[in-house]
Amino acid sequence: MRQLRFATVGSVDDGKSTLIGRLLYDSKSIFEDQLEHVEAVSKRRGDDYVDLSLLTDGLRAEREQGITIDVAHRYFATPKRSFVIMDCPGHVQYTRNMVTGTSTADLAIILIDARHGVVEQTRRHSILTSLLGVPHLVVCVNKMDLVDYSEDRFNQIRDDFEAFASRLQLRDVTFLPISALKGDNVVERSDDLKWFEGPTLLHHLENVYTASDENKIDVRFPVQYVIRPRTAEHHDYRGYAGTVAGGVLRVGDDIVVLPSGLSSRITGIDSADGPLEEAVPGSAVTILLADDLSVTRGDMICRPNNRPRVIQDHDAMLCWLDSNAQLNPAKLYTLKHTTRSTRAKIGEVRYVLDISDLHRKTPEGPLSMNDIARVTVHTAEPLLRDDYEHNRVTGSFILVDESTGATAAAGMLLPPRE
Amino acid sequence: MRPGITGLEDEAISIIREVAACFERPVILFSGGKDSVVMLHVAVRAFAPARLPFAVMHVDTGHNFPEVIDFRDRCLAGLGLNLTVASVQAAIDAGKVADAPSRNPLQTVALLDAIAENKFDAVLGGARRDEERARAKERVFSHRDTFGQWDPKNQRPELWNIYNTSHKQGEHFRVFPLSNWTELDIWTFIKEHDIELPSIYFAHKRRVFKRGGMLMADTEFLRPEAGEDVYEEMVRFRTVGDATCTAAVPSTAGGIDDVLAETAVARVTERGATRADDKISEAGMEDRKRQGYF
Repeated sequence: MRQLRFATVGSVDDGKSTLIGRLLYDSKSIFEDQLEHVEAVSKRRGDDYVDLSLLTDGLRAEREQGITIDVAHRYFATPKRSFVIMDCPGHVQYTRNMVTGTSTADLAIILIDARHGVVEQTRRHSILTSLLGVPHLVVCVNKMDLVDYSEDRFNQIRDDFEAFASRLQLRDVTFLPISALKGDNVVERSDDLKWFEGPTLLHHLENVYTASDENKIDVRFPVQYVIRPRTAEHHDYRGYAGTVAGGVLRVGDDIVVLPSGLSSRITGIDSADGPLEEAVPGSAVTILLADDLSVTRGDMICRPNNRPRVIQDHDAMLCWLDSNAQLNPAKLYTLKHTTRSTRAKIGEVRYVLDISDLHRKTPEGPLSMNDIARVTVHTAEPLLRDDYEHNRVTGSFILVDESTGATAAAGMLLPPRE
Repeated sequence: MRPGITGLEDEAISIIREVAACFERPVILFSGGKDSVVMLHVAVRAFAPARLPFAVMHVDTGHNFPEVIDFRDRCLAGLGLNLTVASVQAAIDAGKVADAPSRNPLQTVALLDAIAENKFDAVLGGARRDEERARAKERVFSHRDTFGQWDPKNQRPELWNIYNTSHKQGEHFRVFPLSNWTELDIWTFIKEHDIELPSIYFAHKRRVFKRGGMLMADTEFLRPEAGEDVYEEMVRFRTVGDATCTAAVPSTAGGIDDVLAETAVARVTERGATRADDKISEAGMEDRKRQGYF
């Protein structure tokens, strides 16, 4: 089974830390020394209960302020599957961390307090999940114990969510009633939720099918590094190393190299485990070609009749990340897209997205941290690019501030306007 | 992502190749410990049939288990690689640091000196996020300022698999290709690829004594104090570092399958079980890392 990387979003108040603690504890993934440490710190601070958020809040400043500042990674495994939890801060001012944490997630868990139902934060997190193209969403209606495990209440929240989410691009949404505190329907089924016929949360996580989330149709192989041994034994070896970003490459396939447009044929696929007949998305391999072409880092190998767009003017959703500098439209940024770096300038800011209600606002000033906006981008060289909705790898980029080296913004490419 | 350990190796190879493409003078840290052994093997596999385009460096506290140094030299000879040693003893002799009972924190000085001296701009380490809670917060490509310091509150966001490798003269990056591996993944890889490790990772008879709830080896670098009884016990090491602060665990796991079985049911983290220096304070690792530790 493939590893599942999932993001948990929401605030401490929704019971997120308790849920993670419960998943780790009930699946026997918390180690004794970690629990001892958490118990000792909770006791010293005079807490009434063991604060499981101390497991994930790793930095001194986080423990002092009692909030999660940065994405934390937690690892656990069941006999069936291994998991990475990307625990994302829920506070409004940490939108950028949620964007970071969900950018690589296969699945996101959003928590709703059963007493409060769908609130602004739920909407905000759902919109970001949709924007980042997370393939699977689990809406956990938590604290069911505080609403007498009411089926009506659960159904009402589900209906509210669906009414709002119909405007979003969420492909696969699952609703689960749980109580993280009591452990109902997290790892074990619950007598109090007998009316619920769906799976437990852990069962769902163990079985959610992610192999079809990758784009297996459009062959995209960004060349990362050229391997030339320059030894007597491998004198003529010239391999193009990289990670398959889309499609399946096979020995014997006709290919074209972009942006040069030169064509050739795949004569071999080398991997760490020896030669392969085919390479699927995510594989780190080395491609050998029949012809001696000039291919360098930043080029892309694809099929002759299925090419990405090769253009310099782009539409994108941009999330501003830099806390120290706002967008400067006069400035050139380094844009990194797959293995290609070029310089870029932001043209027009068409609108700023209000992530609590999808409202499009006229920008009131330069973009600053946590702003999400639709912009136009002009690049010094063409990008070999797909739309983000078709391929998360070839549809995403970052902007680097050349004066500070900071990661200024993250972008998702949209279809060009006709 | 491909299933199992293959998917994790794909990710590590991609990170290692990005280092080769984006940096002028990368170095890979190698101590002979299991994580660095796995990282080195993955790195060699990432560039085959070409040679590894990185320097290899050991930050040597001088307080070593002889089995580990012997293994280190044999392993590198087998791979045809040369070793640079950054010596804590040399830093002490030069008066840069004062010697201390545990030389573990002193490694920072020797490491930063060697980075400056060799103008290394990327330093690959085998650290994993599951080891310790400060590590759980660290980026795969982790920026260091000209003093080699880590600023955990001001880390560059890391999105998708696009790594910001921008650095100015004198700054460098620490890069952790095994960030998403767990202790069990490391052992699984070692078994699948039949990788040799220092013998002390497997159960053997050793003279030990108890200190602070841990089982310390009786070596020339660490002697029992009054009241600490030395006795013989079947033990193995889960981590291998400076002999003065790395503890053994009681174990009869003599082979890789036994170790895998033990790791799968372990109830204490490897650092909790074996690293005396992490017990000093709640933020022991964070504080050391800020100053430039691995």
